[in-house]
Amino acid sequence: MIDLNRYGRQIILPNFGIDAQQKLQQAKVLIVGMGALGCPALQYLAGAGIGVIGIADGDDIQLHNLHRQPLFYTADINHNKAIVAAEKMRALNPDIQLTVYPFYINNKNALSILQTYDIVIDATDNFPTKYLLNDACALLKKPLVYGAVSRYEGQLSLFNYCQPNGRNIQYRDLFPEPPHSDAILSCEEAGVLGVLPGVMGIMQATEAIKVIAGLGRLLDGVLLTYHALSAKFYEMEISKNPAVQTMNKAEFENIDYDWLCNSNSITPSLSVEEFKHLQQLKQLFIIDIREHNEIPIIDFADVHIPYSTILSANHLPQFPNVKNICVICQRGIRSKAAAAIIQQQAKQKVYHLMGGLSAYFNQ
Amino acid sequence: MMVLFFGNLVDITQQSELAWPFIHNTMQLQQVLYEQYPALQTAQYVMAVNGKMIQTNTILQEGDTIAFMPPFSGG
Repeated sequence: MIDLNRYGRQIILPNFGIDAQQKLQQAKVLIVGMGALGCPALQYLAGAGIGVIGIADGDDIQLHNLHRQPLFYTADINHNKAIVAAEKMRALNPDIQLTVYPFYINNKNALSILQTYDIVIDATDNFPTKYLLNDACALLKKPLVYGAVSRYEGQLSLFNYCQPNGRNIQYRDLFPEPPHSDAILSCEEAGVLGVLPGVMGIMQATEAIKVIAGLGRLLDGVLLTYHALSAKFYEMEISKNPAVQTMNKAEFENIDYDWLCNSNSITPSLSVEEFKHLQQLKQLFIIDIREHNEIPIIDFADVHIPYSTILSANHLPQFPNVKNICVICQRGIRSKAAAAIIQQQAKQKVYHLMGGLSAYFNQ
Repeated sequence: MMVLFFGNLVDITQQSELAWPFIHNTMQLQQVLYEQYPALQTAQYVMAVNGKMIQTNTILQEGDTIAFMPPFSGG
């Protein structure tokens, strides 16, 4: 039964009709990640009448999520994202079936969960899960609507959309191996404009609806980027990388995705305890690499060189060799990358503070 | 020629668009950019010429647009 009152405004669209609505109502879509990409994608897919929507996220709602995840309210803080999102969608559209996975997708549970869906939406915020979803979807031959953001920019694509001619582009054709997780900043480190993942998440929902309803031109094998400040779109046609092989089930389940994205680290680190001990002994030379506008302001750094300067500088100054040099940032992610750069350029051993100032002030 | 940078690569180049004098191929372009922006050498990216991703050294023409695209991970 199709509810013409609820869906009439999309059913009367040219090329849509009852047929497309029926396809939506028979479709099963899994959204992995119920954050800034997943929330808007979910809202529009639920509104459009997708028959079954799976919602997976092990994370709880935090105050700092709300500026870009307005599906959630202040009263929802500390509740699981997938559970809260599903409750709200039941109120929005009682016609649809919602399946909640209030935990993280990993390579042990991925295949059994993903195989019951027609399309997967990658609304995650980290490389280990992005590679994991790509590999699982390639293995199961499921279309994957990929989305990711960086500050004011977003990326969107449709991967693994198996065409009749056998052409089948996946994320690994673009980036065969994950970068070190410290090489690319997360939203927590780099910041993100709240509305940007909203735009990208809605575009992911659009792409999923087009795939299901058989409408329009798909971003199959095309990487689309959107820059909110320049208001520009850029398209890149992805070419097949012949070296990329789809793995089998055993290979997939044996990969340690976290390790894959964190390996090759040679930067020595200091724990907060070690850091404070050396600080008391006045044996630390501390380099604060946070940008000028970052808080909290601290008075114990010996020198302040923003991360952006370290990245663009040809020559860094030599630091005193008598003390232990330690780089600090907010969370200990940029500091790791910066310590590696300084180490390479200055040929000095450089530590970084694990967990950054957040950990420092929490202990 | 126009050279475009995306995502965190703009932290290195400080510009998202660079007008660049003609260079014969993408490998030479990478080399001169590495001299000017050493951190670019260790950054991860793919290149595209006129909107088509390339995987090997590619001959360039006057007026080509070359893009440097890193992976994004936020969400």
